Amino acid sequence: MTQTAKTETFAAPVWRFFSSIRLTVAVLLLLAITSIIGTLIPQGGSQADYIRQYGETGYRLLYVFDLFDMYHSWWFRSLIVLLTANIVVCTLKRFPSVWKTSMAGKITLPARRDGKKEPDAFMDSRNPEALKSVYEKYIGRRFRRFRTEPIENGFRIVAERGRWTRLGVTGVHLSIVLLLAGAMIGSLFGFEGYVNIAEGERTDRIRLRNSGVVVPLDFEILCEDFDVSFYDSGAPKEYRSNLHILEDGKPVMQKDIIVNDPLRYKGINLFQSSYGSMPPKELTLSFTRQDTGKVFKSKVSVGGRVDMPGTDRQFYLREIAGDYQLRGMAVGETALGAVILPDGKSTEVALPVRFPTYDKMRKGEWIIAVEEHGHSYYTGLQVTRDPGVPLVYAGFILLILGCYVTFFMAHQKVAVEFIKSPHSSTVQVYGSSSRHPLGFDITLKKIAAELGGKNRGAL
Amino acid sequence: MNSSLILSITTFVYGASAFLYIAAWVFRKHELGSFAFWAGAAGILGNSAGIGLRWVETYQLGVGHAPLSNLYESLVFFALAIAVLYLIIEKKYRLSTIGAFAMPLAFLALAYASLSPNISDRIQPLLPALKSNWLIAHVITCFIGYAAFAVAFGLSLMFLVKREDRPPESVWSKMPALPVLDELTHRMVVLGFLFLTAGIITGAVWANSAWGRYWGWDPKETWSLITWFIYATLLHARLMRGWQGRRAAFFSIAGFGAVLFTYFGVNLLPGLHSYGSM
Repeated sequence: MTQTAKTETFAAPVWRFFSSIRLTVAVLLLLAITSIIGTLIPQGGSQADYIRQYGETGYRLLYVFDLFDMYHSWWFRSLIVLLTANIVVCTLKRFPSVWKTSMAGKITLPARRDGKKEPDAFMDSRNPEALKSVYEKYIGRRFRRFRTEPIENGFRIVAERGRWTRLGVTGVHLSIVLLLAGAMIGSLFGFEGYVNIAEGERTDRIRLRNSGVVVPLDFEILCEDFDVSFYDSGAPKEYRSNLHILEDGKPVMQKDIIVNDPLRYKGINLFQSSYGSMPPKELTLSFTRQDTGKVFKSKVSVGGRVDMPGTDRQFYLREIAGDYQLRGMAVGETALGAVILPDGKSTEVALPVRFPTYDKMRKGEWIIAVEEHGHSYYTGLQVTRDPGVPLVYAGFILLILGCYVTFFMAHQKVAVEFIKSPHSSTVQVYGSSSRHPLGFDITLKKIAAELGGKNRGAL
Repeated sequence: MNSSLILSITTFVYGASAFLYIAAWVFRKHELGSFAFWAGAAGILGNSAGIGLRWVETYQLGVGHAPLSNLYESLVFFALAIAVLYLIIEKKYRLSTIGAFAMPLAFLALAYASLSPNISDRIQPLLPALKSNWLIAHVITCFIGYAAFAVAFGLSLMFLVKREDRPPESVWSKMPALPVLDELTHRMVVLGFLFLTAGIITGAVWANSAWGRYWGWDPKETWSLITWFIYATLLHARLMRGWQGRRAAFFSIAGFGAVLFTYFGVNLLPGLHSYGSM
């Protein structure tokens, strides 16, 4: 006996704390305020950048509070856990009574609004006996449940609708719990990674975004082709990767993915997220005779040599530099090689792709230029797995429905009282709504007007 | 005649409507109020025609897409949503002084879009990330929500300036009664909250199909959530602890501040929604 009393004295304040609406308000406001910090301090940046911006001391201070990755910090997560506990306890506390009131029971009389407001009333000159069924028919059409009871000198119709909408709040709160549970499952069992695959290449390994750890997949991804197209303005129009999924080397699936249309296979999602160009492996060069202007073209691959026709010389292509500097000027992609004479002596040549006349300045017998170089791309894929998504989406749907029911539907009760008098009878209409009484007042007026119809007379 | 011209003209129609509402209220001329209403309705017509024509124009330029893809187009839709929402309230509750506080917001939104030198009204082709059916759902839900919060902001201002101690013959007494303003503010906050929720959710689903995550704490996402937290706080405080009147009005104004920051301020911060800043 005393044991129970003791635990109660301990549990009661804890229960009260977690079920208090003050806690809700405090946690929601704290979440709002602290979330601002993370939008002012860039998240997930490099240490060097932070020290440059905030200084050594500032950096350490912010670091202690995890402010460079604050949405994943222990204290931010604690706030979310606190909110969840608050929601769960509140729901447990209120649910029994909410359930009881939202299930069908006797229709109770709506309260006359604390005397402040007169009910909508009018006179009806029609025959009282016939009126009863007319009124019942009208109320029955607008309200789901109603009953008629006799009162002194007349009758009263009591009706209600939307009793179940009292469950809306529970739905909203449950949806938040679903969302957070889905998010937790995602962070425990999911991952977010990326991989770059050159056209024609395949891989079964990806790199995690946060830790940089390489993770194997149990299938291979082959990028057959990548294309980027541009609008006339130069803005990108579409990125498209043709991907194949291979299991044990055999293709099992293929799809062109673009931004907003990913490939999903075995719970893993592949998203188009970036691209880049690979250095080409082969070039077409043009050789122009300085004196005669005669031109010939020839293909050469990196590390290979090509004979220059009509001479005893060869051209050797050493490499294609992605970003080259000539005399201190960045000239971009440049082929580097040499003209080799029969005695083994050679002249170094640099051929910037963008400046085909550059080689003229060498004043050699031949002017060499890059005529054509096939571009090859790599595609950058975002690779994710998130088993929490179905739960999160279920939460989304419940949240929207719950909010709609909670805020736009109501448990409404109405009473129509009919009191006979010798010449013309008095009808009073009053009611109550679990939400937005202002709008319901308008509804009540409308009901009174429609009940009376043409026979309506002012009181 | 192109859409930009129609929308520039509409700006002045909204301006005229706003002016008439204010005049009707200050000078107590009821007839001006109905002129204001019809001017507002004409503005809505022009605003819708502008959006429709712009949609056609995108197809003529060969980049066909719903005109909801940048700051200019979103402001144009924002203005329309405010005006429509307000006129519905006026018809439903038969209260026209609110127009003096709501219609100027529609005017300001469209004036900012049409007249600011920083906002380009050029039709741009869609970037790959924006090519999604979620674009329309996301932008429409967000901006209906923002419009409801804007009207709630106007109502809250009215609540705060009206006060109870104003003499009965002053212009303030022409405003709806305080409980009515309070209730209407609440209804607008609730409407905004539903649409903001839907906007965040459509955004999350879209992000999941474009980038492979439904939530990434990008500044715009975070600020929309901050806005959501503020209004959620208000709703809890009101429904569970009976916060009404001045406190609720102040909260609704603060919430609208967060809406504005989510809309405009975030563009100053780096993030994925940067196309909203052009």
